[in-house]
Order: sequence, then structure tokens, then C-alpha cells
Amino acid sequence: MTELEKRQQQIVDEFSIFTDWMDKYEYLIELGKELAPMPDTDKTEENLIKGCQSQVWLTAAYKDGTVVFNADSDAIITKGIIALLIKVLSGLKPADIVSADLHFIDEIGLHENLSPTRSNGLVSMIKQIKMYAVAFASE
Amino acid sequence: MAFDVSKIRADFPILSQTVNGHRFVYFDNAATTQKPLPVINKITEIYTQCNANVHRGVHYMSNKATEAMEDARKTVQNFINAESEREIIFTRGATESINLVAATFGRQFLEEGDEVIVSEMEHHSNIVPWQLLESQNKAKVVKWAFDDRGELNLAELEELITDRTKLLTICYVSNTLGTINPVEQIIEIAHSHNVPVLVDASQAIQHFTIDVQQLDCDFLVFSGHKIYAPTGIGILYGKEQWLNQLPPYQGGGEMIETVSFSGTTFNKLPYKFEAGTPNYAGAIALGEALRYVSGIGLDNISKYENQLLEYATDKLQTISELRQIGTAERRASVLSFVADCAHPFDIGTILDKMGIAVRTGTHCTEPIMQHFGISGTVRASFAFYNEMEEIDILSDGLKRAIKMFK
Repeated sequence: MTELEKRQQQIVDEFSIFTDWMDKYEYLIELGKELAPMPDTDKTEENLIKGCQSQVWLTAAYKDGTVVFNADSDAIITKGIIALLIKVLSGLKPADIVSADLHFIDEIGLHENLSPTRSNGLVSMIKQIKMYAVAFASE
Repeated sequence: MAFDVSKIRADFPILSQTVNGHRFVYFDNAATTQKPLPVINKITEIYTQCNANVHRGVHYMSNKATEAMEDARKTVQNFINAESEREIIFTRGATESINLVAATFGRQFLEEGDEVIVSEMEHHSNIVPWQLLESQNKAKVVKWAFDDRGELNLAELEELITDRTKLLTICYVSNTLGTINPVEQIIEIAHSHNVPVLVDASQAIQHFTIDVQQLDCDFLVFSGHKIYAPTGIGILYGKEQWLNQLPPYQGGGEMIETVSFSGTTFNKLPYKFEAGTPNYAGAIALGEALRYVSGIGLDNISKYENQLLEYATDKLQTISELRQIGTAERRASVLSFVADCAHPFDIGTILDKMGIAVRTGTHCTEPIMQHFGISGTVRASFAFYNEMEEIDILSDGLKRAIKMFK
């Protein structure tokens, strides 16, 4: 099992204990609150991914052949989902990030948050994560 | 007539649905309203019994459709008490109505250095068309700011009007703050300086009686879908003397009298502004929606909706984590609020899980958000088919959501 698959499976397992949406969202909120806040100096226009409603900031650094992501949002649920994405993708090799199939999102029942019609910036965020990976892959 | 909500709800099939396993509570009426059976049935009737392209048809079906559309125009005329049906232009919606006035009024009357006064609480659709004129050096947009309650100051208006002011544009009711603006007084002040006034009645037309002759407004716009009619149909009312002075907006069929390559002459009102095949099905259905509303009575609707708003305002004030945005003395059907512990998007997401539809975000009024220094609000907006009980559901839902975020 690849590192990516291992990480996705772990999240799916964590979510499998929740029986109703309430628990799931409470967990997401918790994850959102736990995610280390991004320094204000990183919350620049340049790092801003424009969703319609909640703002999402993303930074990426290339370290020892892997990409380390950091992100933040002014909405807690959005931040919780970002925390999941970071858990899954941060620290992987650029090539693995570019080709990543993020099936865990469907499996934990959060696909509605990531449908392109949802104006929460997350779809653009995944796109941006992959763009960074593409850029670093060519380095 | 006694006001029977359960009887009214039976006219709106969508309201009996469940969403996410819960009773569907629809509090997004300021965005669009649900449709009653008479309107839905009318659309079916049009396409099963009277569909043909309108105007200039020699055949039976075309005449029938034309008569129905022109009958709808008269219904609109009576609904807002316009002097003549020639003053009623069918458009795609309030947005197109405003763009029509901005483009044609701008072409005819505005020159560099002229000014258009726009209130700070306008919907983007009543700001951007004027800014487009500004970008063509056609006029400067002058902001009329509101105070922290969400009220406009009439004395400030007197100071904003200069000899270069050519038009004032104002919403009757704010879609975000709920403020009912004193448009009658505003129009009186503007007219005393010979400044014509456009009233955006998109959030007013469905809530209380509007009489354009009594208001003496020069233009008034609204969208059909906010008053229980289908989407894609709207109204521009303009005083005949103004509409006659404005050049055509779009060119095409219907709006012409004669066409030749040596020159074209234009049709008379209202057709001059209705290029192309009109949305006659939408127009006819709008007529039906207005008849439905008149049947219940706007005075009854106002009275009941005010009770809903008052009950909701009181109820939400008991939740200490919430702060109401827009506390004007006179408000209609809109309740906006924020919480320190959560983003509006967070609250809206949790409420949705409980089957409650509210709108979150800037509501196409970013200047209002800038005024209050917030990124958005949660907005609950009510219609006469809502019940007090649903406000209890909202209140309980909010308490539950806040508990999750605190």
C-alpha cells in the first residue's frame, strides 16, 4: 500500500465510527480548530484561493523532494476539510500528489462539499495543490 | 379574509418535501420564492393550450397568446397602478431593467461630469450598471452612505445633490438589511431638484402595496421570480414621458416600425424596448402570480409577514452569540445576522443538514459588508407561506449549530 493509500484509509477508518452527520461535522470542526493557524504574513492576496464565500489560503514549500502544504480558512468547516487534505497530501512527492486519486472524500461522505457548485473554494484548492506539485515536479 | 397559512401552503407543492431527512424549512425567499399551483398550472396551460409566437400573427393561436400576454401587461399595470400599459416593459428581470435604463438614459442624458447618486445598500445589479457608465466617462457614481442601523439620512441626500446630479437610484427594501427606505420622501426631495428617481422594488413588490403614481417614481423595476412567478421575467415601469425620450436598448424584431437599409424607424411603447420574441409564457405566468397575490391580498400578506419578522427578530435576540446586521426601524421580511464563533458559511452548512435553507455570504451587496467590516451574513428571509413554528425550528437549529462551533 502506498503512503497516499495508507493515509486515505486511515481517515476512512476514523470516519467509519460516526453514525450520523452531526458527529462527522463535529469531528471536522475539531480538526479545523486543531489545524495550526497560518501566520498572518502568509495570508496574502497571492496565497488566497478565491471561493465565493469562505476564503482559503494555501502555501507550499519544497523540502527534501516532498511538498509541504499549509493552509487556512475563515470558515471552520472548510478548515476541517483542508486539514484532511493536508493530512493526506502534505509531505508526499510531487509526482504522487499530481496523480493522487482522492477517493476518501467520497467514502467519508463529504463529496457534496467538494462538488464544483459548492462555493467554498475547496475545488480550487485541490486544483492549486496539484498545480504546486506540477511546478515542483519539474524542478 | 382570515389568513390561513396551512391552506396557502397546500398551494405550494415544494414545501411538503423533506430535505436531509428533515422537514424542508425554506427561509431563502429574498433570493427566490416558491411557485403556487395556479402559476405552475398556468405554465402547463400555456404550452398545452395557447402556445404560438405573439404579435402580428394572423392565426388563431398567435392571437390567443398575444391577448394573454397583453392581458398580463394590464394585470401588472393595475398591480402597481401605472397610468398606462405603455409604461410596462417586460424584461428578463430587475437586472435587465436597470441595465436598460442605465444604458439608454446614459446614452441620451449623461455627459462627462454628470453624477448618479447610488445608495450604499444597493444590490450589485444597481451599482455595476452605473459603474459601467462611469467607465465610459459618462457619469460619476456618488455613494449615499447609510448609518450603522442601516438607515439613510435624508438631510445627507440634500447635500449630495448638485447641479450635475442627473439621476438617483435606490432600493425600496434592502435585500440584506431589510430596511424599508422612505422612497416617497426621497423622491420628493430628488424631484425638488429636478432629479429623476429609479426605484428597485425587487424586495418590496411581494411584501406590500406599491402605487407608482402615488410614489411618483420615474422608473421602478422588479423581478417576477421574487413574487411567485417563474424566473426569466421582470418588469421595467417608466413614466411614459421618460420612456418616450429614451432611445431603444436592443435592436431586433418587434421593436421596429419599418426596416430598410436606408434607415429604420422604431415601434411605439412598450414594444420599442422589447426586441425579439418576448418571454410571453413568463409574462402570462407573472400575470397569474400577481392575481394569486391579489387574491390573498397584499395587506393580509404584509400583516402576517410583519408578525413573522417580529417573532423571528425577538426569538433570535435571545441567542446571545448572534448579532443582528440591519436594525432599521422599518424592515421587511429580511433578518441578517452574524456570530463571532463561526463563519456564515459554517452556520449555513449545519442548518442545511437540518433541512433549513438560509442564504449565507455577501448577498450581492459587498459594500454593505465593507460598511460593517464583515465577510458575510446569514440571512433568513420570510414569505407568507412560512409558519411561526418554522422560526422555532430555525432558532433551535441555530442554538445547536452555535454549540458545535463554540
